[in-house]
Amino acid sequence: MSNQETYDDKVVRQFAVMTVVWGIVGMLVGVVIAAQMLFPILNFDIPWLTFSRLRPLHTNAVIFAFGGSALMGTSYYVVQRTCHAGLFMPKLAGFTFWGWMLIIVAAAITLPLGITQGKEYAELEWPIDIAIAIVWISYGVVFFGTIVKRKVEHIYVANWFYGAFIITVAVLHIFNNLAIPITWTKSYPIYSGAVDAMVQWWYGHNAVGFFLTAGFLGMMYYFVPKRAERPVYSYRLSIVHFWALISTYMWAGPHHLNYTSLPDWVQSVGMVFSLILLAPSWGGMINGMMTLSGAWHKLRTDPVLKMMIVALSFYGMSTFEGPMMAIKTVNALSHYTDWTIGHVHSGALGWVAMMTMGSLYVLIPRLYGKRDMYSIKLIDVHFWLSTIGVVLYIASMWVAGVMQGLMWRAFNDDGTLTYTFIESISATYPYYAIRLLGGTMFFFGMLIMAYNVYKTIKGSQAVSIVVPKPA
Amino acid sequence: MMSTGWNWFVIIVTLANILACWWLIVWATKNKANESKEGDVTGHVWDEDLQELNNPLPRWWLYLFYFTIIFGLGYLALYPGLGNFKGLLSWTGVSQYNEEAREVHEAQKALFAPLAKLSTEELIKNEQALLTGSRLFAANCAACHGSDARGARGFPNLTDDDWLYAGDYDSLVTTITYGRTGVMPAWQSALNDDGVQEVTAFVRQLSGQQADPQLAAKGEARYNMYCVACHGPGGEGNPAMGAPNLANNIWLYGGSEAAIAHSISVGRMGNMPAQKDFLTEERIRLIAAYVSSLAK
Repeated sequence: MSNQETYDDKVVRQFAVMTVVWGIVGMLVGVVIAAQMLFPILNFDIPWLTFSRLRPLHTNAVIFAFGGSALMGTSYYVVQRTCHAGLFMPKLAGFTFWGWMLIIVAAAITLPLGITQGKEYAELEWPIDIAIAIVWISYGVVFFGTIVKRKVEHIYVANWFYGAFIITVAVLHIFNNLAIPITWTKSYPIYSGAVDAMVQWWYGHNAVGFFLTAGFLGMMYYFVPKRAERPVYSYRLSIVHFWALISTYMWAGPHHLNYTSLPDWVQSVGMVFSLILLAPSWGGMINGMMTLSGAWHKLRTDPVLKMMIVALSFYGMSTFEGPMMAIKTVNALSHYTDWTIGHVHSGALGWVAMMTMGSLYVLIPRLYGKRDMYSIKLIDVHFWLSTIGVVLYIASMWVAGVMQGLMWRAFNDDGTLTYTFIESISATYPYYAIRLLGGTMFFFGMLIMAYNVYKTIKGSQAVSIVVPKPA
Repeated sequence: MMSTGWNWFVIIVTLANILACWWLIVWATKNKANESKEGDVTGHVWDEDLQELNNPLPRWWLYLFYFTIIFGLGYLALYPGLGNFKGLLSWTGVSQYNEEAREVHEAQKALFAPLAKLSTEELIKNEQALLTGSRLFAANCAACHGSDARGARGFPNLTDDDWLYAGDYDSLVTTITYGRTGVMPAWQSALNDDGVQEVTAFVRQLSGQQADPQLAAKGEARYNMYCVACHGPGGEGNPAMGAPNLANNIWLYGGSEAAIAHSISVGRMGNMPAQKDFLTEERIRLIAAYVSSLAK
């Protein structure tokens, strides 16, 4: 049977394992900087450990190392299964793995050294940016090459989302990082002033929209119906929300710059499209949740499905919160407060991380020829730690954020500010403590996952699976 | 203002995307001839068991989508958004700011007007004046002088009775309005290492701190040559130029040997920024009244 084509799963296994590793690293850094907010002494007066340098390390590690590995790994898996074909140019796929890992290591070295472009989520300097572009385009070649190789006529919905994510992230990354280098570690953007700010948040918001939303919707569209063993709820809904989502997201960036020197008309357009984005976003949530209709009883026994459903719930909640926060009058209160931090984490922990963990719990046993994970009980523990952790995190940041917003805008009748800035900081301390607790619980959940993954993989053989004929 | 071309580009692309969303949901609610029945699977299968149902769009979701589109179009009619079109309300971010600022200033007039009529003696005892003064201090001065006004290294403590430039109300108004620049020149090249060490010892002795008497004696001679003009024969300082009193053991930059030696050898540059461009005269008066009430 050696002439039969098998799936190229080595690169999937590599990415899957590294997803867990980078998840632990990224979340640990998050826990450290959350602790620094409460106990500033914890930077030990060492420049490399200051909040300002570890914070970008945290965001890059969780988004691009943890999230990126999860997306690349699962997309390589999903595109093969749903195209009934092995990867196009598997060696190039291997290159994307090692390239991506090298980029992550470069980030982990340069960011603590203070080498940065100073653009949020695009901190890495130009040599690393070029490497990212090369790896990313290679990733696109493998992915779309595999789509072209497919043995089935229709392209499965998960691949639309993965595909949109890959193309858009390439465009965003390249255009936001256009810069003129002056040394190996320093460059200046070709844009200036408000234009630079607008390009940055066109990038920044679509990094959320395409990296953290479209990509993970792709993951959802494969692993939720697979695990639930139910058909996707509505084919039509998937078409509508896909096209509406990807076209509308593109415009939403200006809501990061409400009430700044960005022209009024850009702010209005950004706000309007952010509101219209609500329904397309919820389309994905509905399609994921309703896929379980007819299989609701499985939620009682399967912590993996519970994770996925909770992920979809957090997705729905943060995509409701986002448009509301984009309304200028709401934004006038929420902007620059910890509410934003809470919002981001309800998306990043609640949606992105929970969906990743659920999907990995489906994927990893299959990659190693096992029926299921080593311990279902531990998945359940992980589920509860994560869920309670996220709730503590976001609830404390809501309260803190609204409180800060109200304190900053409070005036006395003589026109003076009621509170000094430092008073708002000291009032936030209890919430920083609750946030630290929530984040730590989430982090411990990842450690349990790592143990479970280790026990599942240990002693097992990587399996080669023959590509089945399309049904 | 953008050019006509860009204006139309923005209008067309914005409306096209919004209306395309509308068209998309209208299109998707209609059943197509070649489709499977509503509620059935579409007939496509991937990876052995992945299928899709042909369920209709949930009605409540559809209405939500329509509502946001209508709201968005309404917003773009009322507010600036479609290129150079100003919106029916003629609202701008700047106009909103000006309107709010005007309202606040209007409301404050009633509060500030009676205070402006008070004499200095009345002002520094007026409760409202001191309260507002303390709030203005918190917002404008606390970043350097501390929220308790006790200062920090390089920033004078305003609660003691030691003043670089006199602490009476009128002097404080001058200080706040026009700022102050206190310059201690660098003496390293004139004194050399030994000289700096000797003068340091003498200054320590002046302020009643421990110092080598022999060094201090040598330092005194140098002090009388270089320092006396500003700091005075007994180290009492000179408020006219902001030369600090060196005898009272109150230090702006620290009174340790190292700190004093540093002040002497490389000098110091103190800068209190002028506030006249940021604060109105009536507000400066209130801050001065508050600060003069602090000094013990």
